[in-house]
Amino acid sequence: MFLLSIVTPEKIFYEEEVSSLVAPGIEGYLGILTDHAPLITALVPGKLTVKNSKGPEVIMAVSGGFLEVLKNKVVVLADAVEFARDIDPERAKKALERARQRLKSKEKDIDIPRVIAALKRAQNRVAICEECIKERTI
Amino acid sequence: MQLTRAMELVSAAKLRKAQTKLVSSRPYASKMQTILENLSSASTALTHPLFDKREVKHKGLVIISSDRGLCGSYNVNVFRKAEEFLSQESKDKIKLVLIGKKGFYHYRRRPYEIRLKYIDLGGKLELTRTKEITANLVNLFLSREVDEIFLLYTKFLTVTSYRVALEKFLNIERFEDKEEKGYLQYIFEPSADTLFDDLLPRYCLTRVQIALSEAFASEQGSRMIAMGAATRNAEEMIDQLTLLRNKARQAAITKEMVEIASGVEALR
Repeated sequence: MFLLSIVTPEKIFYEEEVSSLVAPGIEGYLGILTDHAPLITALVPGKLTVKNSKGPEVIMAVSGGFLEVLKNKVVVLADAVEFARDIDPERAKKALERARQRLKSKEKDIDIPRVIAALKRAQNRVAICEECIKERTI
Repeated sequence: MQLTRAMELVSAAKLRKAQTKLVSSRPYASKMQTILENLSSASTALTHPLFDKREVKHKGLVIISSDRGLCGSYNVNVFRKAEEFLSQESKDKIKLVLIGKKGFYHYRRRPYEIRLKYIDLGGKLELTRTKEITANLVNLFLSREVDEIFLLYTKFLTVTSYRVALEKFLNIERFEDKEEKGYLQYIFEPSADTLFDDLLPRYCLTRVQIALSEAFASEQGSRMIAMGAATRNAEEMIDQLTLLRNKARQAAITKEMVEIASGVEALR
C-alpha cells in the first residue's frame, strides 16, 4: 500500500492509501505498485486507474500534469481531473465536436497547439466516459 | 453605521470565499514546490533560461495592492514595505508592475517606471488573467528587460492578521540540497530538461496565482476588521451624541419651565 494524493490547483481531489495506480505518462502508461523507485514524469491526457483494498477500481480522467513517486508517497499534480462516473457524456461530446470544428475552421487567429490540446482532452473524456457506461451496462 | 455594518458583512462573506479558495489551493502549490526542489537537486545541470542568473541591471518589482479602499492599513503596509525595497535601489534601475488600483494611484506620480499595470482584477481570480500576467512577467525576464523579478504581496495568516512578504520570483533560485544529498536517484520521464520545460511555466503560474489569492484573502480580512472597527466607533459616537442631545433637550425644557414658573410668579 502507498499513499496517493491527487491535487489540482483548486483542491485536494483524492487522498487515500491505495495498492496500485496506472497513469498516462508522457512516454506511455505506467503502473505503480508499493516500493516503486523515485520517479518524476509528466502526464498526458488519459485514464487514471486506482485500486485499493476497499472495492472496485476507481477510474478518473486526467487532463495532464505531473506525477512524483517518492518513498511510497505518490503525488499527482493534475491540471484537471474528474471521476469517470461524474463526466457528463453529452457535454463531453459537445466539447469534442467544438474542438473539431475549430480545428477545421480556416480562421487565422486560432492557436493550433492549444486547439489540439483541447481536442485531446475532449477525446480522452469521451473515451473514458463511454468505457464507464459500457461497463455499467454489462 | 448601516453602511459600515453592511460592508463588514459583505467583506466577511467575500473573505470566507477567498479563504476557502486559498486554503484549498495551497496544497497544490506546496507539492509543486517540493517536486521542483527534488527535481532540481537531483539534476545537476540546470540549463533552463528561467534559472538564468545574470548581472542585475534592472529589477522588476510586482506590487499587489487592493483595487478599493476602506480596508484599514492594508495598502499602507504594502507600500511601506515597497518603499523599504525601493529606497535601496537607484530609481532608474527599477521597473514596476502594479496589480491593484491603489498601487497605481500611489505610484503614478512617483519617479519610477511603471512597466505594466493591472487595475481591473476586482478581487477575482480568473485563470485567463492570471495566465496573461504570468506570461507577461516571464517575458519581461526572458527578453532581458529585467534581470530579477520580486513579488510583493501579503500572506494571509488568520482573519485578523497578514504578513507583508517580499519574495524572489525570477530567476528561480537553485534549491540547496537538503540533508539527503545524493540519495534521490530519480527516474525522469522524459529527461530532466524536458520536464523543466513543462514544469517551470506551471510553477510560475502557480506562484502568481497563490500570491494573488493570498493577497485577496488578506485584503478582505483587513477590510472586515476595519469596517468592524468603524461600526463600533460609529456606535460609540452615536451613544455620545444621543446623550448630548438628551442633555440639551433637558436643559431647554428646564429653562422653559423656569420661565413659565417665574412668569406665573410675577403675575401674582
